[in-house]
Order: sequence, then C-alpha cells, then structure tokens
Amino acid sequence: MKNPLDSLWGSVISGVVLTAVLYVVVKLMIGG
Amino acid sequence: MTMDFIQHGLGRWLHIGAGVMWIGLLYYFNFVNVAAAKAATADGTAAGIGKHIMPRALLFFRWAALVTWLAGAALLGSHFLDAFLFRDRAYVAIGIGAWLGTIMLFNVWGVIWPNQQKILGMKPASDEEKAKARRVAFLASRANVVLSLPMLFFMSASGGLFRAPML
Repeated sequence: MKNPLDSLWGSVISGVVLTAVLYVVVKLMIGG
Repeated sequence: MTMDFIQHGLGRWLHIGAGVMWIGLLYYFNFVNVAAAKAATADGTAAGIGKHIMPRALLFFRWAALVTWLAGAALLGSHFLDAFLFRDRAYVAIGIGAWLGTIMLFNVWGVIWPNQQKILGMKPASDEEKAKARRVAFLASRANVVLSLPMLFFMSASGGLFRAPML
C-alpha cells in the first residue's frame, strides 16, 4: 500500500480524517 | 489588569503571529518547495534553494515553532495541566490542540531540524546518510501537515464550537 504521506493531497485528506476522528473523541470526552 | 493584558492580549497576539509564521512556512515547504526542489533538481538549478532559501526558511520555521509553543503555554497559564491532562471538560478541546502542537514541535526540533542539518551540509554526513535524512525529514514534515489540520481545528474550536459557556 502506498504511504499517504508521499502525496500532498493524501496528507491533507489524512489530516481531515484525523480531525473528524478527534472531533468524535472530544465530543465523547466532554459528554456532548 | 496589566498581567491579564500581557498574558491574554500580547500572549495571544504572539501565539497567533508566531503560529502563522510556523505553519505558513510548513505549508510553504510542503505545498511549494517539495515540488519546486524536484523540478529544480531536474533542470540543475536546485543549488540556490539549498544554499540561500532553506537555511533562512528553517531558521524562522524552528524558532517560530518554539515561540508559538511558549506563548501558548503562557496563555494556558494556571490551566496548563487542566489542558494537557484533560482534567477539566472546558479544556479538553484546547488540550487536544496543545498535544498536537507539542508533537509537532518535537518533530521540528527533534526530527526535521537535525536531519535538515545533514541534508544542507551543516553537519557531516555521507551520501547514504543524506538520502536517509531526506526521507526522514520529508515524512516528519508531511506528518506535521497531517497534524496541523486537527491542531488548527481544535485551537480555533476551543474558543468557538467548544468554548466553555456552551458546555
């Protein structure tokens, strides 16, 4: 499998996905 | 009042200003320089980038990163541990942003800068070591691009979407 970090847009998409995951984590942590 | 102005007025100004320089240069490296250096290497004009641009860009990049982190720590003040240990619901979002920023700062000073010193000839390195340093610095820089997106989201959301009175 290709490393997404080798592609600029793969990196950006990875960042967006990580943001969404962490958003859910934070909502769960604060009980929202 | 004076301390409040220094911490939350000047401190936030410095945090955002230095942060713009840090992340601006990170995006310059990744959105512009990687492709530009590749094209310049192909037509034999890359020497100037390594000699004149990268040392200056990396100087402002690494010091802006440190100033951003220190100003952010000063902004958190007595709530520093509340954020980093997620002890208070109101500080969870900024805590996530602070942890991401801290990992990114480590990447800058602990991974990117030592490897760039080898690539740019500031530290002795064989061709094989330079090739390895180039790959490691590239991946650490790209990892910081990934981390910068949630970092910026949680930094801004801590004063917006997740701001304390809404909890």
